[in-house]
Amino acid sequence: MIGFLSTKHRNKNGSPSSGRIKKVVRRVKYESELDLGFGETIAERAYGQKLLSCIQCGTCSATCPLSYYMDFTPRRVIAMVREGFREEALNSFTIWLCASCYSCTVQCPRQIHITDVMYTLKREAIAREMFPRRYPIPILARGFFDIVHRNGRNSEGRLLLYLYLRTNILKIFQNTRLGLHLLRRGRMSVRQEKIHRKEDLRSILGAVSPTREEPRS
Amino acid sequence: MKYLYYPGCSLKSTGRPYDESLRAVFAALGIELTELDDWNCCGATAYASIDENQAFGLAARNLAIAEAAVTDGPPTIVAPCSACFLVLTKTQRYFEDYDHVRDGVTRELAAAGLTYRGHVKVRHPLDILIHDVGLPAIAKLVQHQMKGLHVASYYGCQVVRPFATFDDPLYPTSMDAIMRSLGAETVDWPLKTRCCGGSLSGTIKEAGLRLNQHLLVEALRKGSDLVVTCCPLCQFNLECFQKQINKNYDERISLPIMYFTQLMGLAFGIPEKELGIRRLFIDPLPVIGALKGGVPAHV
Repeated sequence: MIGFLSTKHRNKNGSPSSGRIKKVVRRVKYESELDLGFGETIAERAYGQKLLSCIQCGTCSATCPLSYYMDFTPRRVIAMVREGFREEALNSFTIWLCASCYSCTVQCPRQIHITDVMYTLKREAIAREMFPRRYPIPILARGFFDIVHRNGRNSEGRLLLYLYLRTNILKIFQNTRLGLHLLRRGRMSVRQEKIHRKEDLRSILGAVSPTREEPRS
Repeated sequence: MKYLYYPGCSLKSTGRPYDESLRAVFAALGIELTELDDWNCCGATAYASIDENQAFGLAARNLAIAEAAVTDGPPTIVAPCSACFLVLTKTQRYFEDYDHVRDGVTRELAAAGLTYRGHVKVRHPLDILIHDVGLPAIAKLVQHQMKGLHVASYYGCQVVRPFATFDDPLYPTSMDAIMRSLGAETVDWPLKTRCCGGSLSGTIKEAGLRLNQHLLVEALRKGSDLVVTCCPLCQFNLECFQKQINKNYDERISLPIMYFTQLMGLAFGIPEKELGIRRLFIDPLPVIGALKGGVPAHV
């Protein structure tokens, strides 16, 4: 079996460059280059073998409010996962753009937990550090995780500072006015919210081994 | 009626008006809310993007505390924030449905000397208002009919999807019914559960702002005077980025976005100070009517 073309193998600007000799690139993947167990693994971690019975109807892509920003629609991501296109699926913007609105999940005629599939792919990509440096979405997730892990509660003001310091520091200045408006109305604080029994939380969070999406060889 | 109350992190900061107005309105309806002792963050969408086992343990700590707090009958948590509501319901549901989730959560809680048997009910204020309080009881408290006010009810995504059972996942009507019992007219707005993008407005701005632009433009086209919502992140996105949306997409939108509990409070004659009206960016009172001592003057 051979696969369809992927971003990696696609010509960078998509069209023949003027006058220059085009480089010969292979537009398909050999089966030996795929991770054939990938679909099974993701299906299991995303609560159901139903993923493997996807009928490719495209309801998920049609209902997704963010599909027009995605490099691969949710339907294609599912097809890629199932066929073992691990690199392509994990490198895709789609998994990060998913805002967990669950439209696809409630409308899927096969009852595939598509949002859980996206979460599973996010975790796998984070575990393999397969996202661009300074890419804000995984950085925001990591910042949120760290703040909550340490204090038991989130602090929106601190989280935004964390995000901008690690992505684009100029954004702090761009958002100063919004921040001041919120501060003045008592809707934001730089104080860190905390729970009292932090040691309880630490025991809970340390009790199981982390959901490390074991990198498959 | 007595419930445990889980405000969540947002209602302590950007969503403060929601917390204030909800407490005031529930008190007026004779509902007693007891804040859950030492509650922690639900984990929202971000925590599960890093570690799912920990995310379930984190959310389950709240359920365990709730179970220990109530000895007579099954404890009910009221969770007004959509993300909290979703995560707590999801944890509860997966705890029931998947053995490995139940085993993991049980082990995690045991490490802190806590137990959870799966008896907690997680409910949304809309569910409580419709099914426990009932529309007639709400209508009875209305002092100032919101006659002639065209309201668009925005539910957002996570409050009705995918685990809620109290309303339709795509075209819910509970908030609309409450608004009508205040005397307001509700507009038929098909985008009422379309996603606002959540935190995308802070990360991938173009995508986040576009979603909100579509929601606002469509609400105006349907003739809305204001939008009421039940989610702190939706309220924040729709309200606080209106200036940027106007600038980026050459719009002239100025649409008040308030919590549904705030409008209920105004209709009940609760002073606006107790409802956090002044914490909003876009003052809804000129639309509703000039205020005199907490009472809309036009009614």
